[in-house]
Amino acid sequence: MAGVLLSEAEKTFILHGVQNDLRNDGRSKQDYRPIELEMDIVTHANGSARVRLANTDILVGVKTEIDVPKSDQPNQGKIEFFVDCSANATPEFEGKGGEDLATEISNFLRSSFASPLSFDLKTLCILKGVQCWILYVDILILECGGNLFDAVSLAVKAALHNTMVPNVETVAMDGGNVDLQLSGDPYDCWRLDITNIPCLVTLTKIGEHLIVDPTAEEEECSMASLVLAVTENGRINSICKTSVGSLHPQTLSDALKVGAEVGVGLNKALKEALAREEKRLQADKPERFGFLK
Amino acid sequence: MELLTDQGLRLDGRRPNELRNIKCKMGVYNQADGSAYIEQGNTKVLATVYGPHQPRGQARNRIHHDEALVNCQYSQAVFSAGERKNRPRGDRKSQEISIHIRQALVAAIRTELYPRSQLDIFVEVLQADGGNFCACVNAATLALVDAGVGMREYAVACSASLANGEVPLVDISHLEEMTGGPNLTVASLPISGQVALMEMSQRFHSDHLPKVLERALEGCKDIHRILDDTVRKHVEETGRASGWGQVDRAGIVL
Repeated sequence: MAGVLLSEAEKTFILHGVQNDLRNDGRSKQDYRPIELEMDIVTHANGSARVRLANTDILVGVKTEIDVPKSDQPNQGKIEFFVDCSANATPEFEGKGGEDLATEISNFLRSSFASPLSFDLKTLCILKGVQCWILYVDILILECGGNLFDAVSLAVKAALHNTMVPNVETVAMDGGNVDLQLSGDPYDCWRLDITNIPCLVTLTKIGEHLIVDPTAEEEECSMASLVLAVTENGRINSICKTSVGSLHPQTLSDALKVGAEVGVGLNKALKEALAREEKRLQADKPERFGFLK
Repeated sequence: MELLTDQGLRLDGRRPNELRNIKCKMGVYNQADGSAYIEQGNTKVLATVYGPHQPRGQARNRIHHDEALVNCQYSQAVFSAGERKNRPRGDRKSQEISIHIRQALVAAIRTELYPRSQLDIFVEVLQADGGNFCACVNAATLALVDAGVGMREYAVACSASLANGEVPLVDISHLEEMTGGPNLTVASLPISGQVALMEMSQRFHSDHLPKVLERALEGCKDIHRILDDTVRKHVEETGRASGWGQVDRAGIVL
């Protein structure tokens, strides 16, 4: 993605590798690179997670605030995605340089969360039509090593899993004003239900084949990519074609089949990783690695 | 709220001349030419350096024929502070800090070695708990060393304050900043003891300035020692793999 320069010969080498189902880092077409996950590393956020997928580094912080619900959805809370492409990833992102990519990612996340079947915004309602929770999901892209969408979605799901929303003790109406009393105990919180939140799976077409988890070099060789939002039980609730180039309708239907399969596996792996991480954090004084590892 | 208790301890239990715990790491990322991460207490900063390279885009019109063009960008993650920020960069405060970081670093970088080229320094505050500017300068220095950019010496920054109108405090935390004491920020070149940048908010009598400045410069020297240790350890580790940095305790190359 960022300043990758490949010659024709190098592109052909990658293409031949994909044809033989042996990519240049030794993976087969449907293998992911190793993923590292750590939760609860930003103390100022209600929930946070960092995902490192080989060279792609994503930090997500979730903050909760109280807001007024939309008038057409009085019994729902809100969720907002904000993507910041840090110039640390590549000098091209300096100033406003990363905004196009940031908007593309945040728009797709919004559409994949839009269905009430993937994330129920009703749970964020405090008082119908008057008060609700708003979740600010802030995504920081620190390094780009290919496959941003997948890494971002894993980090978002992990950060939402880690998010602690304070319990509301009393709600009283005083004339037109609402008097909310939040629990004084910082550990008196409830957790979000993340079961049906989708993971994004990027399928990249190189030659005649579809591969998952492309590296920056492979992205450079591809004609087109498809991003699918796949839930735990294999339901696809959003789809989008990124980058230039075109796809045959037949490829599209193949992609849906492969994507659903891979997505189920990815969700399962994430669920296990989250459970392991959760257990580690519950220990007395768990070790924090952050960026020092 | 008192900045200093009767027992001579600060709000977070430190003594007046005590720094917050510093942890740092060089070479966090592979794609950048140089990168570093620093934690000063709860303030966490990531810095990367790209270059020296051919000037890109707009910078092409601003190149100098006798020295490098140093480009700095400060940005602060929206979730880094207690209250959510609306945007990570582009506001006045961030622009001001970018300029100050640039000033502090240009004093240390040997820009004359890289004529007609550009050097990009990007700092990202991941968590803010006071002394953001100081942590940024320190992280950027480590990243510059990691990138192998020629420098006169390290640029190190530290802040100081004055408690009860007489006791100078070093390395001010967010809580102490908010309590309303004066805040003197100094970026210095600690070996020669020169001051590269000095900024102050609030006020105190000018009689106090020498001792507060002295405390801040002392803090710079302490931080310098920690950064230097990190650099030496890093070079030793990376050098061991390629076999060039192997020096025994007596300083003899093996």
